Amino acid sequence: MTTATSDGAASAALEEFLNRPPTVGQRIHGILHGQPALSPAIVLVLACVGFSLTSSHFYQLQNLSLVAQQVAVVGSLAAGQTLIILTAGIDLSIGAIMVLSSLVMANLSYQQHVPGVLALLVGVAIAIAAQAVNGILVTRIKLPPFIVTLGMLSVFTAITLIYAQGQTIQLQPGAFLLWTGETFAIGSLHLTYGVLLMIVLYLVFTYALRFTAWGRHLYAVGDDIEAARLTGISVNRVLLSAYLVAGVAVAVAAWVLVGRVGGGDPNSGLNANLESITAVVIGGTSLFGGRGVVLGSLIGALIVQVFDNGLALAGLDPNYQVLAVGVLVIAAVSVDQWIRSVKA
Amino acid sequence: MTAPVLEARGLVKLFGRVIALDSVDLDLYPGEILAVIGDNGAGKSTLIKCLSGVLIPDRGKILVNGREVRFRNPQDATHAGIETVHQVLAVAPALDIASNLFLGREIRRKGPLGSVLRMLDTKEMRRQSAEEIRKLGIGTLQNIGQAVETLSGGQRQAVAVARASAFGSQVVILDEPTAALGVRETGQVLKLIRDLRATGKAVILISHDMPHVFELADRIHIQRLGGRAAVITPKTHTMEDAVAIMTGAKTMMPSRSTD
Repeated sequence: MTTATSDGAASAALEEFLNRPPTVGQRIHGILHGQPALSPAIVLVLACVGFSLTSSHFYQLQNLSLVAQQVAVVGSLAAGQTLIILTAGIDLSIGAIMVLSSLVMANLSYQQHVPGVLALLVGVAIAIAAQAVNGILVTRIKLPPFIVTLGMLSVFTAITLIYAQGQTIQLQPGAFLLWTGETFAIGSLHLTYGVLLMIVLYLVFTYALRFTAWGRHLYAVGDDIEAARLTGISVNRVLLSAYLVAGVAVAVAAWVLVGRVGGGDPNSGLNANLESITAVVIGGTSLFGGRGVVLGSLIGALIVQVFDNGLALAGLDPNYQVLAVGVLVIAAVSVDQWIRSVKA
Repeated sequence: MTAPVLEARGLVKLFGRVIALDSVDLDLYPGEILAVIGDNGAGKSTLIKCLSGVLIPDRGKILVNGREVRFRNPQDATHAGIETVHQVLAVAPALDIASNLFLGREIRRKGPLGSVLRMLDTKEMRRQSAEEIRKLGIGTLQNIGQAVETLSGGQRQAVAVARASAFGSQVVILDEPTAALGVRETGQVLKLIRDLRATGKAVILISHDMPHVFELADRIHIQRLGGRAAVITPKTHTMEDAVAIMTGAKTMMPSRSTD
């Protein structure tokens, strides 16, 4: 394109062709390219409007409060998953680590009578350490993230079950660790502190990705790892940091999970691994790395929850929700392919 | 003659049993354009990668301003004032032009926003990028906030060259900088290379394009079979001579007759 115009040999007709106004498709492509969270946001709005029409209960604040409370665990987890997917990786073990962390928190607090704050810190340390193992295997042993985390999924699931000995733990009401499950009201909107914690997590991650050099480097590494290395970015350090910071999100998710189930349950969060990936993908983040925003993952998690809630209120078979989510995942990845393939 | 800014002495690099570099010497003086030419597989790219910290030579020394340096990674070379535009374009496609120019050396905001919250000074980086692009006379790059993947191959190359010229304080290495460019952009890059020389920077230019090499270079380093076959100047030798040395049809004594 440039060669044609810059040779000075371009005819007027060619100039005109090159300077033609963009088509509608190109315009949409350009907008979506710049705003990866826009298409999931539109889906979310459409879903909310649709379900409001099918059920008058849907848009009541009480119901929306419920949706928000239900989304907090997977939402927090998806924030961490986003970081790893942005590096062109994937974390299949993220939910298993969350369950282990939550169980350790609850168990220390209940059986060992460790103060809640200390139990929380141990749980946080376990989540970060577990992600450090993933990160080291990926960066030092050079294993594909898919394989590393597939293996770690089994490892952490087994450790959780061995540690729990089949028991669930119910914490006393008022325990420090249950703070994330306590509600506060804004008008008739009843949110848990867990929801608040999740929102803070998203704000911090959004800031770090948008406004710091670390965020730029994370995108660059996910985009083209060789190019990033040649520009002088310490690729391994950036990759490892993505896993460690994701560990923080896992820890937050674990704490929110404790608040949600009222203690520790080895059978909770069984589908959290895949649900977090689903949220990230529906949220417009590219599985090929380097593209997407963390806010999109929150929207993705909300879409799944809204479908779940809305279809139940409409009195439909809950299996339709599973079906709808499947269709959305395929649609989201198709849109991503389109955004990546066409050059503006 | 002044002291060389960059020297390589006896560089050896093996890939398994393949000898990519066989005891190569190189001298680069401030304010000169040294062209490195050679047939495919002569070791040009390997030599450049050793000088830019991408590869670590198995044996031999690299000296910057007479002092021996050991580059363990590209950052080390960058810190020594050596910038490289690689043949494989080192740009992040999804990031915008300004982010690419400053990738790996971002400017932070002044005050606590920058030091505590580590916030980037996007405005300042864009301003400096726009200035750098304007200096190069790349008028086709209008929007500095444009993603690099929306640019043509030539424009991307221009971004990479701008990046190197902005930060290479002593040495700028260009590996086939015009290979993917259109006629006008090639002219701009050639002009830029001259401008770099005028500022006193030393330039290493790897190119297959003999007319460009003979037009620009002060001296020409000819690689052949992993070693330095000769160093000639456009004044003392013709293109035919250069090609003959490159292909081995003509040999020169390894003594540096033209230094």
